[in-house]
Amino acid sequence: MGYKLNEREFNQLLGELSEKYLIYAPKVFVGKGRFSDTDCIRYDKVKNVEDMELSLKSQYSFKEVLNPVSETLFYFTEDSVKEADMPRNKGAIIFLRSCDLHAVERMDEMYLNNGPKDYYYKRLRDNIHFVLIGCSKAFDSCFCVDMGTNKSDNYDIGLNVREDGYELDVKWDEAKDILGKMAKENSLKEEDVTVDFVKETTTRVSIPKNLSYDVSKSKIWEEYAGRCINCGRCNFVCPTCTCFTMQDVYYDANGKVGERRRVWASCMVDGYTDVAGGGSYRKNNGERMRFKTLHKALDYRNRTGYNMCVGCGRCDDICPEYISFSNILNKLDTAMKEVSANG
Amino acid sequence: MAKEVTKNEYVPFLSEIKEVIKHTDIEYTFRMTYEGDVKPGQFFEVSIPKYGEAPISVSGIKDGLIDLTIRRVGKVTNEVFEHYEGDKLFLRGPYGNGFDVEEYKDKELVVVAGGTGVSPVRGVIQYFADHDNQRKDMTIITGFKSDKDILFKKDFEYWRQKMNVILTLDAGIETKDHKIGLVTQYIPDLKLADVEKAVAIVVGPPAMMRFSVKALLERGFKEENIWISQERKMCCGIGKCGHCRIGDKYVCLDGPVFNYTQGKNLVD
Repeated sequence: MGYKLNEREFNQLLGELSEKYLIYAPKVFVGKGRFSDTDCIRYDKVKNVEDMELSLKSQYSFKEVLNPVSETLFYFTEDSVKEADMPRNKGAIIFLRSCDLHAVERMDEMYLNNGPKDYYYKRLRDNIHFVLIGCSKAFDSCFCVDMGTNKSDNYDIGLNVREDGYELDVKWDEAKDILGKMAKENSLKEEDVTVDFVKETTTRVSIPKNLSYDVSKSKIWEEYAGRCINCGRCNFVCPTCTCFTMQDVYYDANGKVGERRRVWASCMVDGYTDVAGGGSYRKNNGERMRFKTLHKALDYRNRTGYNMCVGCGRCDDICPEYISFSNILNKLDTAMKEVSANG
Repeated sequence: MAKEVTKNEYVPFLSEIKEVIKHTDIEYTFRMTYEGDVKPGQFFEVSIPKYGEAPISVSGIKDGLIDLTIRRVGKVTNEVFEHYEGDKLFLRGPYGNGFDVEEYKDKELVVVAGGTGVSPVRGVIQYFADHDNQRKDMTIITGFKSDKDILFKKDFEYWRQKMNVILTLDAGIETKDHKIGLVTQYIPDLKLADVEKAVAIVVGPPAMMRFSVKALLERGFKEENIWISQERKMCCGIGKCGHCRIGDKYVCLDGPVFNYTQGKNLVD
């Protein structure tokens, strides 16, 4: 069912929904950008549409709502362990774009299907509803069309932001009920709404069909041994990166009271593979780049049948060394040819 | 419909240390209480609040007890060594596939293991020492740095009665009990009735595994008859944290034991 709402009406809908749900959306953090006098756009709890930034791309993804940067798993006191309470006391509504909605599927795959279900992810994932922000055109670094993630029907509410208001395609009964009630009280404008989606992108990507582990032997990775500074920003902004490391924190000098947390980890950053006794794998940044790239474009696909990368392009936007991931993907074809030519 | 219950895999349980067996200055076996199914080559996440967790493979299984042979090399393991009989450690697991002894039954079996690599495979050696009617000829080639680094000394006495045992040290003086040299140099001379059907298990440091597998293949072993066990950093043990992934395999879920036909394709 479709509606066209003005700002006041849209806020009324959000207000009613926020009685049962926390609302997460991209928000501008003024002056918090990576360079002086620039802003940062990232996810936060919002109350109304004025708080949201719906026209620009968020530099960080929605993933921290489902997979917090740092999450306490349990508390310990001597011999007893107490599970940490659920960090949210309500369900949640997440505003996101099509690429990110496809990334949810990747997060679910990792946390709910790859081995036993993850208890902590599951409890944050339950009772989540998605508002798909329609994209009328792609941002510069986006390549969702080539990754097949430009379109999604898997939303509760689809949203087009227009000059003169908000077009909503509503599939979710709770929202329908509220809108139905609002329609009775006021004259709400009903109309058919199709959520905008991107049909072409300026950045194009092609991943070779014959991509195999032989590509590890290619010389293309050497460039990144020098250029990449292993800061891990590409992993932290990626909506499909889900790795974490365990961390014990204790509160007092006797060390008998504390908590175990999991915190985001990056396969690009030192320490990711360190084993006790001093061993580690992939010491070279070029090897790390190859490891990350192949996860996004091969390893994950081998397990699931579809690529992990959703083509949001955030890694390209954030890299302080201007390394372009879409460019790496496009080099894979030449790299495969190089490797097969060398036998 | 009943509400689906997801088990919280991350919360550990307490296990009591029943016995501490000292092999070397830095390698002890902690015999711990554990009731439940477990296979050799599987591992537990052993933890001590404040110091963290470390994946440790099961080196022995018997009547409600499991052996965890731990080398004192890190933050967690240093602290484990401050614990004695009657103390408790937190565990969760077992995780990983482990060795399936069925794969090796009624065959000639060669085990090549280096250092703490003996731990994950000790359960298999023990099984076929106890059940020598379930296999054909068996040889174990084990390597340690020096005579001070030999693990499971007592077991070796028993194993020598049951199978061919080659114990070799990186350095020192040759005695009747041990030779000097690398494990790989004994592979070409392995006496086998039918190398095409013989099976082998290789566990140890990466370079040792690489060269041992190469030597076994040169000796005529078939790729599908060789098994290796991998060791990687692991934070979860259940396919989530990502640290142990190699290519499209998760060492904690798909391994740590891999048939060489799979294992050979793993590029770190």
